[in-house]
Amino acid sequence: MDVQIWTWLLVGLSFALYFGIAIWARAGSTKEFYVAGGGVSPLANGMATAADWMSAASFISMAGIISFAGYDGSVYLMGWTGGYVLLALLLAPYLRKFGKFTVPDFIGDRYYSNTARTVAVICALIVSFTYVAGQMRGVGIVFSQFLQVEITTGVIIGMAVVLVFAFLGGMKGITYTQVAQYCVLIFAFMVPAIFISIQMTGNIIPQIGMGGRVEDGTYLLQKLDNLHTQLGFKEYTEGTKSTWDVFAITLALMAGTAGLPHVIVRFFTVPNVKDARKSAGWALLLIAILYTTAPAVSVFARTNLIETVSNQEYASLPEWFKNWENMGLIAWSDKNEDGKVQYVNGEATTGKPEFTDARGANGERIISNASSETNELYVDRDIMVLANPEIAQLPAWVIALVAAGGLAAALSTAAGLLLVISTSVSHDLIKKQLKPDISDKGELLAARISIFVAVVVAGLFGIYPPGFVAAVVALAFGLAAASFFPAIVLGIFDKRMNRQGAISGMIVGIILMLFYMIRFKTGLIGVLDPLPPSEWWFGTSPEGFGTVAMTVNVVISVIVSRLTPAPPEDVQDIVENIRIPSGAGEAHDH
Amino acid sequence: MPIPENARKYWRENIKYLTILLIIWFAVSFGCGILFKDFLNRYSLGGFKLGFWFAQQGSIYVFVILIFVYIRLMNKLDKKYGYNEK
Repeated sequence: MDVQIWTWLLVGLSFALYFGIAIWARAGSTKEFYVAGGGVSPLANGMATAADWMSAASFISMAGIISFAGYDGSVYLMGWTGGYVLLALLLAPYLRKFGKFTVPDFIGDRYYSNTARTVAVICALIVSFTYVAGQMRGVGIVFSQFLQVEITTGVIIGMAVVLVFAFLGGMKGITYTQVAQYCVLIFAFMVPAIFISIQMTGNIIPQIGMGGRVEDGTYLLQKLDNLHTQLGFKEYTEGTKSTWDVFAITLALMAGTAGLPHVIVRFFTVPNVKDARKSAGWALLLIAILYTTAPAVSVFARTNLIETVSNQEYASLPEWFKNWENMGLIAWSDKNEDGKVQYVNGEATTGKPEFTDARGANGERIISNASSETNELYVDRDIMVLANPEIAQLPAWVIALVAAGGLAAALSTAAGLLLVISTSVSHDLIKKQLKPDISDKGELLAARISIFVAVVVAGLFGIYPPGFVAAVVALAFGLAAASFFPAIVLGIFDKRMNRQGAISGMIVGIILMLFYMIRFKTGLIGVLDPLPPSEWWFGTSPEGFGTVAMTVNVVISVIVSRLTPAPPEDVQDIVENIRIPSGAGEAHDH
Repeated sequence: MPIPENARKYWRENIKYLTILLIIWFAVSFGCGILFKDFLNRYSLGGFKLGFWFAQQGSIYVFVILIFVYIRLMNKLDKKYGYNEK
């Protein structure tokens, strides 16, 4: 059977499974809708959290990014896993004990203020929309690649699918669907990795194969470093970012991970504090399986890519090279006219390649914006995971499996995020502020309507991505780190922290982060073009600036809180109460 | 409402555990994987340079272990102070 048939078969089967689960786990009350009734087991919650967490970006892009960034890619590996340690130790048990539905709920009650709640809702919406826009685009790309349709059609199919899950089941449906999606995506990620590890190093475990020896007896990483040096790249294991920037980005990603509303809300779905801790442990263990395999995949893919293309005749290159070139994700221009691919350090094109309709002497697609540098090859980083099985010549069913896995990853994350957005609107805004006397049924209806609106808006972002969206998706973490994370941690660990301190900290933090992001990524403020790295404050990239904004948030919160009156007695009692694990009860409304 | 002695002691021990675990968390990632990476890279672990291994593999393994150690410690602590459920 060929790849196309396998793809239809595997994607079809996995979707039938998801739909079946969504129908079986329909939500009847707001409690089931928001927190799955509060009765999910720690292992199931861990799997759902892992699927929710691992987006199209983790599944498709991360290994590719690391493949091209080498050591610098470590920021994602450490940042997106280390955050769970913070979450498990500093947030999850206490927020579970607090026992409300959402992060703004906690902020609003702990800081005895509707202003604080509103600020938190706005932060939650900014963070979630920034994040979800990228996901819908990812869904569209995966659908379009594997079902051979336009990206727009792909996004629309994705919107429809997400809507069905979220509409029917709310958190309950999403949680159990995500359990299934975790299984599909981890299987789909591991199978090709194991195949390639055996092929290249003879070791069945990719994490060990990465440090293993290749056929001629040299270590794989040593060989890759040598290849890099020969071609003028920085050694793979060294990296090019400054130590401070690596430090700042990693910390921002960690704190951001712990502060993302769609991750935190997961810990409201388990029965008690003990289970909240346990499920954070399961979640990280299940995530770590993918996150320790990804760097191995990067090394395999990088080595394979260089060996397959470097100094080879274009005419003799394998089929996959030309397929991806036809899709516009690989580009080659024969600058020295020798018919061979020269792949060395430097940008092959100025910006993304622009293809003309013409074909060159060797049959390659002519690009109009080739640069003057020696490097002739452009490879889009997103194709590494998708193309890897083809590059390694694995069987058709493995290639199809990757498609099903990519879709599972993208859909599970999008569904989780959309739920947070709709909860923010129906629960935090409508129920808590605008119309407190709304009935349970009315609130459920409002939640479903807002999910519908959120899906449509997110879909539009996916179809017409404004130039800056792609640039700011990774920055959602910076925003979460700069706003929620300090407010929640201080709310638990600093009893003296009061309304004035937390609100001013959050506002200054998120505004500072937004300003830096817009200033250095889009050029909307002040100058026409985004400012170059030489202008960065203390050499901090926008991705790492969350660390700075978070520090400012903490400093301001502490200073302001000490200059203003202590929080009232009953709020201090709340803090005492959440510090003790017993008596959590179910997640409840007021 | 005065804080019962029991709760105060429980909280103090909890903070002690957190401090120790977070020091380890910081040491393996920001320490071994970033700040002292170049120094550690002089040593190797199989085919890995040690600093690189911590950044892309080792720190993640330690993170997982840290959370499970924390779960164990806290379950014991809950029992000791009579806060465990079930």
